[in-house]
Amino acid sequence: MHELSIVLSIVDQVQDEVFKLDAKTVKRIELEIGNLAGVEWQSFDFAWQPATKNTVLEHAERIVNRVPAIALCSDCEHEFEKEEAYDPCPKCGNYLHHLKSGKELKIKSILIE
Amino acid sequence: MCATCGCSQPEEAVTISRPGEHNHGHEHHHEHGSSHHHHHHGQSHDHLHSKEVLLEVDILQKNNLLAQRNRGWLEAKSIFAINIVSSPGSGKTSLLESTIKRLNDGQIVYVIEGDQQTMNDANRIAAAGAEAIQVNTGKGCHLDSHMVHHALDDLKPKEDSLLFIENVGNLVCPSMFDLGESARVVVISVTEGDDKPLKYPDMFATSQLCIINKIDLLPYVDFNVEKAKENALRINPKLEFIELSATKGEGFDDWLNWLETNKNQS
Repeated sequence: MHELSIVLSIVDQVQDEVFKLDAKTVKRIELEIGNLAGVEWQSFDFAWQPATKNTVLEHAERIVNRVPAIALCSDCEHEFEKEEAYDPCPKCGNYLHHLKSGKELKIKSILIE
Repeated sequence: MCATCGCSQPEEAVTISRPGEHNHGHEHHHEHGSSHHHHHHGQSHDHLHSKEVLLEVDILQKNNLLAQRNRGWLEAKSIFAINIVSSPGSGKTSLLESTIKRLNDGQIVYVIEGDQQTMNDANRIAAAGAEAIQVNTGKGCHLDSHMVHHALDDLKPKEDSLLFIENVGNLVCPSMFDLGESARVVVISVTEGDDKPLKYPDMFATSQLCIINKIDLLPYVDFNVEKAKENALRINPKLEFIELSATKGEGFDDWLNWLETNKNQS
């Protein structure tokens, strides 16, 4: 359940920002999470409410942009979307790829008040 | 708030203690969200208006920064640090016990033991002859760079030593948390399924070496070593493998040689 640690890290960083900016609360938070970032969506969602309770994020609207995992095959340079980490290149079957996206774990923005 | 690293993450009941000590050696109790010592920047914007602030920050930024700090500190002291990860029961502690006993006398070894509860593993390591420190994560399912930072503070490993960090037995969560290690080693045992790399890909993707342990039990189980390797290579084509038995000693020289070679290259 590392998703709890992830939500707590979000709360921690946003709390810091809110204090720095002398704001009161967060109305909206936008996150960017890659499909191969290792975040189990149900666990993340489950952890969100208890972890944000009594924090500046308690009533914030949460927007999550899931980023597709786009891989570039190291052999034939074919670009393709990965559903799972172990998907081979559909063109040549090679397993060595450069992942162009899909590992994102980012706080994009917050709307503060 | 922790004065060293400024961390304000709640880590209730994380304790760091040495064998023979009570569990109160080094306790960090962080209050969540209150009593932050933040400086206000003198801004006085109108609170009635909402304002969009672009952050573009990595969620694990604090962990990653502190991990790099650990890494720099370890490198400066020429300490080779290995983060050992696996499911519970695959033989991490037995592997370390045998390693400590079989290494050359001249090689100083330290161990940071991560478990949710008990001093058992640190006691086993101390009995095998290495200096050990136990981090009990309480409810936490993985070690993070902050815990390791404080464990290092306490352990004070000497220059040119070997440091093993035995992570909490869990094949999912520790993969995301860089501790500042020089290398990551994943252990699987032949009593597990040979499809484990496919089921838990992140741990295999982020490791340099995969140890296949308990090979003395191969005649009694269905585990297919080649299949397991093939599955792991689908996740990480650069992964190296060593097959061994931590209790019987088979294949152990390969592991000791790997340590020697990689320590010298780091």
